[in-house]
Amino acid sequence: MTMPASSQPDDFRHFLHQALRSGSFMTGLIITLLIAAMAALSFIWTPYDVTNLVVANRMQGLSAAHPFGTDHLGRDILSMIMVGSRNSIAVAIVAVGIGMGIGVPLGCWAAARGGWLDEVLMRFNDVVFAFPALLSAIMITAIFGPGAVNAIIAIGIFNVPVFARVARAGALALWPREFILAARAAGKGKALITIEHILPNIASILLVQGTIQFALGILAEAGLSYLGLGAQPPMPSWGRMLFDAQTRMMIAPNQAIFPGLAIVITVLGLNLLGDGLRDILDPRLRRER
Amino acid sequence: MSLLEIEKLSLDIAGMPILKGMDLAIDAGEVMGLVGESGSGKSMTALTVMQLLPNASRTRGRVTFDGIDILSAPEAAMCRLRGDDIGMVFQEPMTALNPVKTIGEQVAEGIRWHTGANRPDAEARARAILDRVGLPEARFPLSRYPHELSGGQRQRVIIAIACALKPKLLIADEPTTALDVVLQKQILELLRDLVDENRMGLLLISHDLAVVADMADRVTIMRHGEVMEASETAKILTQQKHPYTRQLAEASVHVPVRNAPSRSGSAGVAGRGGAHEDPSFPPPPGPAGHPPHKGEGKSAPLLVVEGVTRDYAGRRKSLFSKAEPFRAVDNVSFSLDAGQSMALVGRSGCGKSTLARMILALDRPTSGEIRLLGQTVADKSEAELRPSRREMQVVFQDPYGSFDPRHKVERLIAEPLHLLEKKPARTERREMVAEALHEVGLAPSDMDKYPHEFSGGQRQRISIARAIITRPKLIVADEPVSALDVSIRAQVLDLFADLNQRLGVAYLFITHDLTVARAITDQVMVMHEGKIVEEGRTSEVLDNPQTEAARALVAAAPDLERAIARRLGETA
Repeated sequence: MTMPASSQPDDFRHFLHQALRSGSFMTGLIITLLIAAMAALSFIWTPYDVTNLVVANRMQGLSAAHPFGTDHLGRDILSMIMVGSRNSIAVAIVAVGIGMGIGVPLGCWAAARGGWLDEVLMRFNDVVFAFPALLSAIMITAIFGPGAVNAIIAIGIFNVPVFARVARAGALALWPREFILAARAAGKGKALITIEHILPNIASILLVQGTIQFALGILAEAGLSYLGLGAQPPMPSWGRMLFDAQTRMMIAPNQAIFPGLAIVITVLGLNLLGDGLRDILDPRLRRER
Repeated sequence: MSLLEIEKLSLDIAGMPILKGMDLAIDAGEVMGLVGESGSGKSMTALTVMQLLPNASRTRGRVTFDGIDILSAPEAAMCRLRGDDIGMVFQEPMTALNPVKTIGEQVAEGIRWHTGANRPDAEARARAILDRVGLPEARFPLSRYPHELSGGQRQRVIIAIACALKPKLLIADEPTTALDVVLQKQILELLRDLVDENRMGLLLISHDLAVVADMADRVTIMRHGEVMEASETAKILTQQKHPYTRQLAEASVHVPVRNAPSRSGSAGVAGRGGAHEDPSFPPPPGPAGHPPHKGEGKSAPLLVVEGVTRDYAGRRKSLFSKAEPFRAVDNVSFSLDAGQSMALVGRSGCGKSTLARMILALDRPTSGEIRLLGQTVADKSEAELRPSRREMQVVFQDPYGSFDPRHKVERLIAEPLHLLEKKPARTERREMVAEALHEVGLAPSDMDKYPHEFSGGQRQRISIARAIITRPKLIVADEPVSALDVSIRAQVLDLFADLNQRLGVAYLFITHDLTVARAITDQVMVMHEGKIVEEGRTSEVLDNPQTEAARALVAAAPDLERAIARRLGETA
């Protein structure tokens, strides 16, 4: 029965007030919502069917019928970007979910127990951190075969140490506080204290980290599909659209520019959202209330 | 003309009036005490003089320092004044120094900037001033970093920075509030000597009337941004013309009315007037003066602490030598009866809080035994501890840090109900919380608010409500009133005394403030470097301390009545 932060009317009003005044937060939020809306729309409607190859229409420039043109197989690029956003968002969400779902409990556990367990968990984290994430993801997909699911797992694994560290750092700062001591004097165990007191108080920093990891997840997915290790044809994805377009950059730049723009705008929007959230939720700013 | 003159100064910050028509004047070589409770505008007055106000502030009126109009002075002129002619000492010695620079660099920095001296000259002067404030080079070379110094030593460095260029005016904003009484006395003496040597003006800001009475030639009393009364110290404190002055003075020597437990008459209250008792008539020494509560046909003591020691792992000196442990609590034994109120006094770092944590089973002793109602608490699992935890609760010092900011008061106060065998239903729980709130003088409707909606004193009441909701037999209170203003402190002490009477709860009161110990405890233990060095009746120990440590504490404690008496002696 933990109360989420936003269910407090007072906190929430303060949050709204700050949010409406924060330019970067609102810009980021609007961009993110537009991308999400585009992905949702693609389920029920796209201008053209992306699995339908009409070779007669290939390599077209911008026109009213095809606003972003068509690719070398005659598929509509706008439709492909719309469908591709589904893939990017899904991969990023699940990857962040894996990272949070494993990383946060690990970090909280390490902070609550301390001692050798903390050492072991965190040194293991360091090892995972020490691998270049994208290279290791390539290795994983090379072993288990390319595909969206393996990409998700690969990206998710590398989110785990990030969340574990953030959660542990936040929790460690809270454990010596007097209200935690009071809870211990009330006989509550470490697990219960973590659920009731620690998690609600570190939720905001986890949320900020989540937005940033989300943006990184989209980039990582684009990188993997560019290398052909992500979603497989006929499922369109932004990374492979870039790969397909690169040999024809000189004659048909629109085939590369639009998926590239889609990646840039999405990542930019998420980063702005994360930055704005951090400004609003920063504990140092909150304390001045 | 005075050194600093403030006339009809008004200050708004973002439309909020902070100061209203404030007047103040300080002459060279004079100590002006500025007294008021939190939020009265003391610190803002100091920041106005330094022109270090926050951005959204607007000032009206006139502030002249040494012939310069401060309010209209350009920033460049203020930069020349700050640290040269006006020095400032801040409250918190832990954060007022830059942790990555050596103390030598920090003292020399101002000297080089203001005088253009080269590095060796500036360092020579830094060495001289550090030596003057009691940090001789032999033991404290300029290459020390702030974290290698204790709180009192850091405050000396800050004073050295402020006084390095022999300022005409020194502003000290609560310079000793974060220090224990013995350090407080040393720092105040240092400030006093520096004032006398250099004919500095000193603006001493404090909430503690006793400190100011000791130090200041004149006192200005502020409330809600207005000057209530300003005059010579002796006059203001003996006549107490203004009702607010009287209120402050009464609050700072406040003793709650309490009938001491039946066995010992009025031991706790008798102490106050007895400060000048004939020392040639010594009471029985500490331990023997202990009331005979053992084997007197009464039930066993509530709490027994036997030979408790706590070691912390020390720092390894080299890779191969074993780390030498640091002994925070050293072979401590005592016992506490039901309904008894016991003070544990000592300087900061003497192990008081560590001992309290072990009693509360938040920390485990290295050796020794702690029994509550005959049940040992030292090495049990959380589940086995429950019955014991129900009988003891805790009140912490910081009324801001004691609550999870994300929970409502109802949930905060109900937290210890977790210890009950049978969890109360929701309506029953609300009733219990309402009753606890009522006991501490708050309204039951307060349970639907968040902690940040309350003032410091109210929060401390909530903290007490949380401590009494399981009807414990023992409350351990760790400096429960030292973060509160004097008038609030008096009310909270009254509440503690009242609960002791009505609920029969015993207290272990940890404090460095002897006034508090005197006010509400029957027994006192003096702790020094991990050991209990003296114990006995509060009035006896504090009026006639036997050990060096206890004597130092008593001598250093600011005492309003003594200070006034001394002032009167001087003027007569």
